[in-house]
Amino acid sequence: MADFKPVEQYPDRTFDLRRIGSMGLRYLFLLRSSWTRIIELAYWPIMQMVLWGFMSQFLLTSESPVIKTAGMLIAAVLLWDVMFRSNIGVAISFLEEMWSRNLAQLFASPLRPYEWALSLLFISLVRTIIGVIPAAILAIPFYSYSIFDMGIPLIAFFINLMIFGGAIGLIVSALVLRYGMGAESLAWVGIFLVAPISGIYYPISILPDWLQPIAWALPSAYVFEGMRTVLADNVFRADFLINAILLNVLYIATGFAIFLYVFRIARVRGFLVQMGE
Amino acid sequence: MNTIAIHVEQLTKKFDNKTAVDGITFEVKAGTITALLGGNGAGKTTTISMLLGLLLPTSGRIQVLGEDMIASRHRILRRINFGSPYVDLPKRLTVRENLRVFAGLYGLRRADQRIKELAGALVLEEFIDQPTGQLSSGQLTRVALAKALINAPTLLLLDEPTASLDPDTGDWVRSYLEQYSMNTGATILLASHNMNEVDRLCSNVLMMKQGKIVDHGTPKGLVKRYGQETLEQVFLDIARREENIPKRGGK
Repeated sequence: MADFKPVEQYPDRTFDLRRIGSMGLRYLFLLRSSWTRIIELAYWPIMQMVLWGFMSQFLLTSESPVIKTAGMLIAAVLLWDVMFRSNIGVAISFLEEMWSRNLAQLFASPLRPYEWALSLLFISLVRTIIGVIPAAILAIPFYSYSIFDMGIPLIAFFINLMIFGGAIGLIVSALVLRYGMGAESLAWVGIFLVAPISGIYYPISILPDWLQPIAWALPSAYVFEGMRTVLADNVFRADFLINAILLNVLYIATGFAIFLYVFRIARVRGFLVQMGE
Repeated sequence: MNTIAIHVEQLTKKFDNKTAVDGITFEVKAGTITALLGGNGAGKTTTISMLLGLLLPTSGRIQVLGEDMIASRHRILRRINFGSPYVDLPKRLTVRENLRVFAGLYGLRRADQRIKELAGALVLEEFIDQPTGQLSSGQLTRVALAKALINAPTLLLLDEPTASLDPDTGDWVRSYLEQYSMNTGATILLASHNMNEVDRLCSNVLMMKQGKIVDHGTPKGLVKRYGQETLEQVFLDIARREENIPKRGGK
């Protein structure tokens, strides 16, 4: 016979780490449930690293001192992947909910949209680490190059690119929520809009004059320029780091604002409800 | 204790030029099982979505368990739950994993114990560590019910809870809901177009058509008032007539 007992609940809080943790756990369960997905996470960064590593060795014959700096391209590839994985980590976890037709279940619970957004950023960090760390480690035996030699600046670059990628992921997720699964491909292609002007493989000064101010409005431009000064001149530009942090505060705040705004529109227009009828 | 679980006043929902719910007013008494009955597009699901706060009303007022749904939504959501066959749980997660996530979202202490209790009550033990996507529709229905009962809700909103189930499983679910309401004093509001279900479970029926509540009463009272033999005939009568809904108290 059924057992109808009352339950005990923790006190309600406007911001609850338990709920964020529960959503994080859900994404970890999803990740764990498919070993092919885990392998895929590491597969692309490793392939990129191998490809650009050989390219880098070929370019060592170049006259350009920037190109000749050992590991420049490998570092660029790995850091670009941090930003890419961070963006896609948010967007794919968001899409998992759309594919599962699960938004109504989640938001009929006490989960707040900002707690959901934070859990998406958390799982994006996990996915990025799973994806990029193996490639970074494999670069050591392959090319005798360790990105970890960059030391503390590497942590600063990593955090800034994670935040910027996450902010773009939140904006892309908001667009998919607003425009439906027809906009799904934005999850993969959205980040490439900023790739050409982030100065990943070349200095911002290469860009046309009119494009350079736009590039300098991106935190990623400061990170990749900063990376080059560390590798080429062994100089850490604190001003670049400060600019990247300030811009990131702006971008992540904008990402959250757009996400929450679209979430409200979704409640007005019924995008959260897919219950038939 | 509040004797009214749901109080809705002049509730309207418009999508662009289409009015999905048109100024409905109703109350659901605490501890009762009430049906929202109506054909496709009558506005049942839209009404339930607004009661859950998933959808914001264009106008009107909703009070759930004595509190305003717009102002106190998250506090109310801790005490209510819902189930629908049209909303899935992630298929790659096991039943236990899915329930554990929702136990966390509802802020349950001793989540594992609650999952164990529900697994026993709803006979989930056999497949609790299987991925949800590998279950039969009968098993999925029991899992969806376990999710809907994870926080032992005071108010349970169900959207066609037995749609696409075989008669045996459907009957099992109805029995369980009956027992749940009886033993806990919980209120259940279910949207359905299964007349047998409504007839068996519900003490009150809200008949919806084109976004409006066109009539309400007990199943027996409605059958009598419309001069029909079954609730299904009442449903068809209302669905097919243009206007002229009989006044309460006379044919």
